[in-house]
Amino acid sequence: MERHTSRREFLLAAGGVAAGVGLGAVIAVEPARATPIATQEAIRKVVGSARINPGKVKLELPPLIENGNTVPLAVTVDSPMTEANHVRAVHVFTEKNPQPYVVSFHLGPRAGRARVATRVRLANSQSVVAICELSDGTLWSDSADVVVTLAACLEDGI
Amino acid sequence: MASALINVPARAKRGEVIEIKTLISHPMETGFRRTQVGALIPRNIIRGFVCTYNGTEVFRAELHPAIAANPFIVFSTVATESGTLVFHWTGDNGFSVTESAAITVE
Repeated sequence: MERHTSRREFLLAAGGVAAGVGLGAVIAVEPARATPIATQEAIRKVVGSARINPGKVKLELPPLIENGNTVPLAVTVDSPMTEANHVRAVHVFTEKNPQPYVVSFHLGPRAGRARVATRVRLANSQSVVAICELSDGTLWSDSADVVVTLAACLEDGI
Repeated sequence: MASALINVPARAKRGEVIEIKTLISHPMETGFRRTQVGALIPRNIIRGFVCTYNGTEVFRAELHPAIAANPFIVFSTVATESGTLVFHWTGDNGFSVTESAAITVE
């Protein structure tokens, strides 16, 4: 009887310890990554509190990406690019990268054409958002969902 | 030292929209990676890029760690007059590179 109780206690205690260790490990290995809320916060920090309308912007990204370390990205905005009506800035944000803020381009009427392109890193299959700021202060956006087979940030360090 | 590749048309018609492509060699170390012994590799990125056309700023970009290594930037500008386009990159650890390209406008 004495032996039975101690065995039960031991198992309970051991189980509790194992669960504790397991939970701790889950928290410890959770990678640093932005959540949709963090992305929203980052967007608001950059563009302010004005309403973001869908449209006018076209975000070009390949739908399936083999290597997340170098992803071609282009943003085109439907704008005449005149002194009175031009694109002031284009911002790009991601949902699941460690940092949601990717890049900002500042243009003006001297750009002639509202198209910019670069290459970005994507840490995961996720959605990418491009927001453009027009000279009249309005904000327009477009988003694209991408599937990444080999994520950035996973390659071995030095 | 970093080397940059710049693609600007040598000649253009007045008022024509020209496309400019720039590429600069840089590791763009994100600051999120670790070495095999677990030490964090410090961030080392290019943070800013500016293009001026005869002294007037025509394009500017703010870069963050999510820009791929060897930053490649494509943008456009209106060919207004003959002169020089100056490209300037700045970044962590005092990184600063300036390149220029001449353009003839007819």
